[in-house]
Amino acid sequence: MSDIEDRVRKIVVEHLGVEEDKVTENASFIDDLGADSLDTVELVMAFEEEFGIEIPDDAAETIQTFGDAVKFIKDAA
Amino acid sequence: MFDLTGKCALVTGASGGIGGAIARSLHGAGATVALSGTREAPLRELAEALGDRAHVLPCNLSDAEAVTALPKQAAEAMGAVDILVNNAGITRDNLFMRMTEEEWAQVLEVNLTATFRLCKGVLRGMMKARWGRIVNISSVVGATGNPGQGNYAAAKAGMVGMSKSLAYEVASRGITVNAIAPGFIETAMTDKLNDDQKSQILNQIPAGRMGTADEIAAAALYLSSPEAGYVTGATLHVNGGMAML
Repeated sequence: MSDIEDRVRKIVVEHLGVEEDKVTENASFIDDLGADSLDTVELVMAFEEEFGIEIPDDAAETIQTFGDAVKFIKDAA
Repeated sequence: MFDLTGKCALVTGASGGIGGAIARSLHGAGATVALSGTREAPLRELAEALGDRAHVLPCNLSDAEAVTALPKQAAEAMGAVDILVNNAGITRDNLFMRMTEEEWAQVLEVNLTATFRLCKGVLRGMMKARWGRIVNISSVVGATGNPGQGNYAAAKAGMVGMSKSLAYEVASRGITVNAIAPGFIETAMTDKLNDDQKSQILNQIPAGRMGTADEIAAAALYLSSPEAGYVTGATLHVNGGMAML
C-alpha cells in the first residue's frame, strides 16, 4: 500500500467518519461512503492542502471514488 | 451582547455611508475589519478613526481580477475572513426604455456578480472554520421594484435569490447567509433626490422619516453575531414600514 493511498484514506476516514475498511479502490464517496455533494468539495479541498496540488473544478468532478482520488493525486504529484 | 472579539470582517463599500457605519459597528463589537472600496482616501480616514484592528484594501468591484484577489488579500491582512458584508453598490438609473446595455451590465457586474465572486472567495476558509457569516446588502426596491431602477432592482433581487441558494448549501457547515434590505436611508445616494421626490417618499413611510446608516449597521451586527446562528436565508427589511414583507 502506497504512502499516497494511506494519506488519502486517512482524510476520507476523518472527513466522512467511515470505517477504514470501507474505503476501497472502487468505493464511491457519494454512493458508498455517505458523502453529500458538499462533502466531495471539502474532500478535494483537503486533498489539495495535504498534497500541495491544485485540483481544477473540471478535474474535481471526475473524482468519484477513492481510487479516482489516489490516481489523480499520483499523476499530479 | 454581540461580541465579535477575534472575528475578522471584510466590508465592501466601506467608503460610503452605510458601509462605513457597518464597519464601525463590527469594529466596535471587537472585530478586526478590512475596509474595501474604490476611493482610498475615505477608507484611510475611517481606518485612522478606528485605530487598531483596521486594514485598508482598495478594490474596484468592476475589475473581475481585483475582486477575485480581494478575499485572499483580506485573509492575508487579517488572518481569516469570518464575516463578509457585501455592501458596495452603484446606481445607473434610467427609464427602462432608455436604459443602455452598458448601464444594465455595469450595475449587474458591481452589485451582483462581484457579490457572487466575493462569496465564492471567502467560502473555503469559512467551510474549514465551520463558522461564517455572509451579509448581503440588498434593497427594498429589489422586492418592490422602482421606476428608473430596472437594473438596480434586478441586481438587488438577484442578491436575495443568490443568498438563499447559498444559505441552503452551507447551512450544515455553520455558515449563515442573509440579506438586509434597507429602505430609504440618509446617505450620499439618497442626497441626490430632490425635495419633491423626498416628500413623496416620506409619505409612503409609516415611520415618517428616512432611516439612518446606523440602523442598517445594527442589523448587520446582529446577522454577523454568534447569536444569529439560527438565522439563515433571511432578508431583514429595515425600512420604517414602507414595505411590510
